Amino acid sequence: MNSIVANAKKLNSSPAKSNKVDRSAFPILDVKNLEVTYFTDAGRAVALDDVSFSLKAGEKLGIVGESGSGKSTLALAMMRMIKSPGRIESGKVIVGGDDLIELSPEEMRQARLQKISYIPQGAMNSLNPVIRIGAQMVDAVRAHMPDESKSEVYDRCINSLRSVDLPASVFKMHPHELSGGMKQRVCIAIGILLQPQVIIADEPTSALDVVTQRQVMETIDKVQKQINAAVILIGHDMGLMAQFVDKVAVMYAGRLVEVCTVREMFTDPKHPYSKALINCLPNLKNKGVFQGIPGLAPSLLRLPGGCAFNPRCESVMDICKTQRPEVATLDGGRVVTCHKFTGEA
Amino acid sequence: MANLLELQNVSKVYSKGLIKPEQTTALQPFSLNMGEDDPTILTIAGESGSGKTTLAMLLLGFIKPTTGQIIYRGRDISTLRGAEKLEFRREVQAVFQDPFAVFNPFYTVDHLLTVPIKRFKLAKSKTEAQDKIDEALTAVGLRPEDVIGRFPHQLSGGQRQRINVARALLLKPRLLIADEPVSMVDASLRASILETLRNLQRDHGVSIIYITHDLTTAYHIANSIVVLYKGAVMEAGDVETVITSPSHPYTQLLIDSIPWPDLEQRWGKDKIFTRENDGAENGCPFYGRCAKASDSCKTLSPMFRIEKYQAASCYLYKDRPVVDLDKLSETLPV
Ligand SMILES: Nc1ncnc2c1ncn2[C@@H]1O[C@H](COP(=O)(O)OP(=O)(O)O)[C@@H](O)[C@H]1O
Ligand SMILES: Nc1ncnc2c1ncn2[C@@H]1O[C@H](COP(=O)(O)OP(=O)(O)O)[C@@H](O)[C@H]1O
Ligand code: SF4
Ligand SMILES: [Mg+2]
Ligand SMILES: [Mg+2]
Repeated sequence: MNSIVANAKKLNSSPAKSNKVDRSAFPILDVKNLEVTYFTDAGRAVALDDVSFSLKAGEKLGIVGESGSGKSTLALAMMRMIKSPGRIESGKVIVGGDDLIELSPEEMRQARLQKISYIPQGAMNSLNPVIRIGAQMVDAVRAHMPDESKSEVYDRCINSLRSVDLPASVFKMHPHELSGGMKQRVCIAIGILLQPQVIIADEPTSALDVVTQRQVMETIDKVQKQINAAVILIGHDMGLMAQFVDKVAVMYAGRLVEVCTVREMFTDPKHPYSKALINCLPNLKNKGVFQGIPGLAPSLLRLPGGCAFNPRCESVMDICKTQRPEVATLDGGRVVTCHKFTGEA
Repeated sequence: MANLLELQNVSKVYSKGLIKPEQTTALQPFSLNMGEDDPTILTIAGESGSGKTTLAMLLLGFIKPTTGQIIYRGRDISTLRGAEKLEFRREVQAVFQDPFAVFNPFYTVDHLLTVPIKRFKLAKSKTEAQDKIDEALTAVGLRPEDVIGRFPHQLSGGQRQRINVARALLLKPRLLIADEPVSMVDASLRASILETLRNLQRDHGVSIIYITHDLTTAYHIANSIVVLYKGAVMEAGDVETVITSPSHPYTQLLIDSIPWPDLEQRWGKDKIFTRENDGAENGCPFYGRCAKASDSCKTLSPMFRIEKYQAASCYLYKDRPVVDLDKLSETLPV
């Protein structure tokens, strides 16, 4: 291990690095104070602002928010795949004790798929159409394990296809021979080839029908159990979150405004934005009631002063217009970023 | 009661390839009436490939049916010419899935709204045109000053979609075909667009055909529903009945797979089932995925009436009275 990593390990306070302690009780993933900015012609936009959360092995976290709120930016930052004009300004992404931000580019390349893997938004439509599925999988393994024998690599790919409920014959097929749901499963199979500790799926089912969506989510659930990974599901469908995740993080204008268990979110949302999100959901009991959230998501370049949500907030107070609310941890460990709760922390 | 719209045995088969044409039946013979006097919201639901957009294109006269006729206010739409055709183009409006697609990126929003006013001569002066535009924008919950003079990329998806609805409203249509209007819009913005559509029907007397793969929104906005699968009607009826107690195994699977935002209502109670489609090519389109299929399902089932406002094309209900295909509308409340 190189010295930067060793150094990073010393600095980080995550208990997971100790070999003597039972790892399962501690976070496998610890994101701390992550900040990302994009430099545009119109100015500097803070797309991720002081984002922190942690996740244990086997846990599922949902990240919800309107489009443009920074969900994909968060995933890309965790993968260290932010491209210019964007930049990670500060923060840590600790996976199994190592801070990814401190890794050399080569080490980070190795960490992708092995420690943390990312199924990008629209991945199923970006499989290379002229290359067989098998070759695309083999390439991914080869890049990480140049020493593995041909038959080991093949077995690894076939096992991965099997665990997402695809027949081995898919190995020899081209993407156009597969349905949407099958293509999405191929992407998951690639994501789990090297049994990562963290899997991030960015809106994996938004283009799929409900039945296929359910099958894909059942597949993710199954492979997660097999490899005991932590899963992050990015999306804007609260229904999917209710059915799938353990914890929910709500993103608004680049900040996590609330992080809590899915039960807390649905029975007792604290942040006014979370409340509004929950209230605008259609269910079987509120037929014909249409409750949208008034106003529009702000542009990152022209964020309202104070709390970014204040122009749309039902509970807005004077302080909200001038002072930025800090992250407050409430009883039970849930986190809210709102002046209504800063006193309680 | 006069009919606004009448579909008589309308079907659509696409042929691809010149030498050895490959045929896809996108819509099996389909009949439907919508009355002129009671504006209603009818949902056409089904997963992708079930023939929903084909039906929309047929209704708008953009493609020709392979069999059957589409009658709008007493006239076969394929025979409309000149002034009558222009009238039809004004009275039957459409809103599509992608709110970007209809916008020309080089023109401001105003352009999109003034063109139809000129084309259909809806205003005598510039001020009258402006008043009409303001009125339509306000009706869909937009502040004119927020959107007028802006380019499409300066608006959110939800705003663009509402401008599409405003454009439709400007023309005071009798019938609006909305093909997946909220599929590409954030969940938090869906409610206001759906409410806008509902108000069009309730306050402006517009009949709406709401096309969707999302049964949750269908439940909230529609009065009646037709569930399509591979171009065939699987179930039809009152939206409340069909969604809270679906009778066709396909509808049951769809409803069981809805991710309701409700912790007490779990999805996926029924396991997903598949079987070999042996010899059932002309039978029930759902045969290969149906756990309850029997040999009789290898021929297509007629529609059986289960309730006054519920019918399903499934032999499980063979003891019930048959609904003739051209009487499907009798199972749809307005
Ligand atoms: N390459 C980029 N250059 C400039 N701004 C960007 C870039 N990528 C994303 N952004 C901005 O960052 C914000 C968050 O985007 P994104 O993370 O894609 O949001 P989400 O995934 O929640 O829809 C948006 O306001 C977007 O405009
Ligand atoms: N222009 C076309 N040429 C050939 N086949 C088509 C065409 N448009 C649609 N289809 C086929 O018709 C069927 C129904 O498609 P569509 O009406 O688009 O369904 P939906 O809108 O429910 O997804 C599909 O099998 C589709 O592939
Ligand atoms: S800080 Fe103020 S404006 Fe922001 S969400 Fe809380 S109450 Fe509303
Ligand atoms: Mg995104
Ligand atoms: Mg369609």
